[in-house]
Amino acid sequence: MSSSVNINFEDYLQVSQLYADYARAVDSGDWDLWPEFFTEDCIYKLIPRENHERGFPLATLFFESKGMLKDRVYGIRETLFHDPYYQRHVVGAPLIHKADNNRFESEANYAVFRTKLSQESTVFNVGRYIDVIERTPEGLKFSSRHCVYDSEMIPNSIIYPI
Amino acid sequence: MSTSTGTFPVKVHWESEGTSRIPFMAYTDPDQHKKELERFFYTKHWNYVGLEAEIPNTGDFKRTVVGERSVIMVRDADGGVSVVENVCAHRGMQFCRERHGNKKEFVCPYHQWSYTLKGDLQGVPFRRGVKQDGKINGGMPSDFQTADNGLNKLKVATRGGVVFASFDHEIESFEDFLGPVILGYFDRLFDGRKLKILGYNRQRIPGNWKLMQENIKDPYHPGLLHTWFVTFGLWRADNKSELKMDARHRHAAMISTRGQSGKADQVTQVSSFKESMELNDPRFLDIVPEPWWGGPTAVMMTLFPSVILQQQVNSVSTRHIQPDGHGSFDFVWTHFGFEDDAEEMTQRRLRQANLFGPAGFVSADDGEVIEFSQQGFEQKPYHRTLAELGGRTAEDTDHMVTETLIRGMYQYWREVMEA
Repeated sequence: MSSSVNINFEDYLQVSQLYADYARAVDSGDWDLWPEFFTEDCIYKLIPRENHERGFPLATLFFESKGMLKDRVYGIRETLFHDPYYQRHVVGAPLIHKADNNRFESEANYAVFRTKLSQESTVFNVGRYIDVIERTPEGLKFSSRHCVYDSEMIPNSIIYPI
Repeated sequence: MSTSTGTFPVKVHWESEGTSRIPFMAYTDPDQHKKELERFFYTKHWNYVGLEAEIPNTGDFKRTVVGERSVIMVRDADGGVSVVENVCAHRGMQFCRERHGNKKEFVCPYHQWSYTLKGDLQGVPFRRGVKQDGKINGGMPSDFQTADNGLNKLKVATRGGVVFASFDHEIESFEDFLGPVILGYFDRLFDGRKLKILGYNRQRIPGNWKLMQENIKDPYHPGLLHTWFVTFGLWRADNKSELKMDARHRHAAMISTRGQSGKADQVTQVSSFKESMELNDPRFLDIVPEPWWGGPTAVMMTLFPSVILQQQVNSVSTRHIQPDGHGSFDFVWTHFGFEDDAEEMTQRRLRQANLFGPAGFVSADDGEVIEFSQQGFEQKPYHRTLAELGGRTAEDTDHMVTETLIRGMYQYWREVMEA
């Protein structure tokens, strides 16, 4: 229960701000913003709920460093052919599981909508973030972000960061 | 070409006896799609259903499909693999809703008809009626036989830990179905070592299912569409390569060995080649050769009609093609490793999986181009594609600058569909 976690308002505000900033960044189209939310030796996983719950390690995307996130940004911008689309994240209030001065464990529900050119908006990917956040001299950063998605079928492909 | 039949012809029209110009209508007609299901998925073809490692213990099951029909692959009480159709013999309900699990028997929740793991009917509630006030009410007719009313059982073939099934009990052996050349490459990958399931990826691609077969029979596109492959030196036009088919040209293998030389003129012709580009984190391409490769660094196999078997360096997977009408299919990836893999090798396979699947550095764009090809076909079904790179005939080659495998597949397609 989150009620048992001792967190002050200032910290909660900062964590909430981090989630909101992340959503804005990944919806902005400026992909260079995305790796900056992570520590150098971060883990980023986009993983189907099925694999997560059955203990299968395979992820749809599995990055183990900020360098890999930068490589993904390069791929999005320079090498991956895809239909252009907008995405819009709607992220729920973070639920803090554990907090100390420099480290938080938290999760939040998310829904991502996709809008292709000349098309209606559709639900694209739905799940929850399971996160470890660390306080660094540059502010709060994700040292681990697992995006565990319920969506049973990816509508063709996922190009941009969730 | 002639448009005398208008934009929407009544039937598929081929321009010649050859198969280098494939009518758009081969991808757009719902009636023809049903005919394909009948002739390719429901008769005379072994269809992929899964890996034995997915159902190690008695009662373990996985729900999947053959074509568009729901089936259950299960480890039966004898330790063998059974595949039964997921349709109750009583009122036709698709009774199995879980996608995987473990059961002692199959029970349809509607009227509690129960079946053994092999699909034999064992229990029918009120079969002998209900006794009330000294008389028997209802019950099944006296000539009702449980033996005649089991689940529909498919014929099963297993080899190297891979499971195939067929509704057609008259089908040739799996080995004959593959033919010796393709069987050789199949056995290279599935050489009897126990497999370890790493997990699944699922995507729905709005295009005709054959386009996925064609994608892996098309070595023309990787160096052009998959810029990432080229940028980071995984695919090069000077790769040593071979294309091989079975005698009937339905299955194929694209076999290639990474070029070891420095930059080559052939490579730099590709506009996407960026000689100076380096990965921030080279672990994406931390490739370690494995003894079982026996030379080739990539062998991509298409087994017609239902599955692609992937070995791209250290990443191995099955990709199951599950049609859903003429204009869409589900594409289910099962990544695996081998039981004797060290932890570093497992991590390497998981890391290289970033290249593949619905978000992969190189596979995400395959789904995209299939979607847009289908859109092109739908808008002018009287037209046709051109698959004439390397000529208009179909034969094995020792290079990749050809669409021979696509032409071969459509030779077989015409043979079966026009019979």
